[in-house]
Amino acid sequence: MTSNEGDVAPDLPLTRTRTRPAHRDPGLIALIVAGGAVGTTVRNLLENAFPTAPGHWPWATFGINVTGAFILGLLLEVLSRSGPDAGWRRRVRLTVGTGVLGGYTTYSTFAVEVAGLTTDAPHVLGAAYAVASVVLGVLGAAGGYLLAVRAVKHAWRPT
Amino acid sequence: MTLLLVAVAGGIGAGARFVVDAFVARHNPFRVPLGTLLINISGSFVLGVLTGWVIYGGGGDTARQLKTVLGTGLCGGYTTFSTASVESVRLWIAEGTSRGVAYAALTLVGSVAAAGLGLAVGALL
Repeated sequence: MTSNEGDVAPDLPLTRTRTRPAHRDPGLIALIVAGGAVGTTVRNLLENAFPTAPGHWPWATFGINVTGAFILGLLLEVLSRSGPDAGWRRRVRLTVGTGVLGGYTTYSTFAVEVAGLTTDAPHVLGAAYAVASVVLGVLGAAGGYLLAVRAVKHAWRPT
Repeated sequence: MTLLLVAVAGGIGAGARFVVDAFVARHNPFRVPLGTLLINISGSFVLGVLTGWVIYGGGGDTARQLKTVLGTGLCGGYTTFSTASVESVRLWIAEGTSRGVAYAALTLVGSVAAAGLGLAVGALL
């Protein structure tokens, strides 16, 4: 994975010199804000539809975070393998990756849930929720990455 | 109405994450993505304060609504689980398994500790 979400990738100096840094571009920031609003709304609706009783496994946040990690791994690798991080690719990465998926997934809710579970419920539930989320999140992102590697290989070099 | 406020707050949170991450990355001398780490830790602390205020502290209906907009919206949009996971994978590929695992563990322990501290602070309000 070579593209960086922060747009100040030190390993991509050539793509930086010509375009204005993304964090100073109001148009790009507006896309991120719009994407973040969409992702946050989807998460909010899912959390409301599947509320978690105190002391129970937070399935909504769990599902949101693992699926979001998978999709982000897939998206970033498809984009970075299909061409340079500029133009529409950069706009898609920032809108969907940084905006929608960043707003959809949440570390703060997850961390507060873990802290709450380790105090209110048997400690093992909080620890299990924490480890399962992080491990499946990382494996999900890696799975998305591997899927992108295969998919792009097939799409670019059809046999 | 609350749905709209949460959406707007989430959008602002995502925009703030992007700007903070870019700022930290420019001044970060390490090969570890510190921006996302600091964002997730600070956002977890703020949500902890809001949650502690609602659950254990003296916050009433106002606190509950504030927690929904600033917590679910702003903190939720600001922090990100997906980028934290992807950055662990990147470190795993580029720097080895132990770096990837260490980054994931550092984010987890730091954010949960910050959330716990926030809950304690919120309970005092």
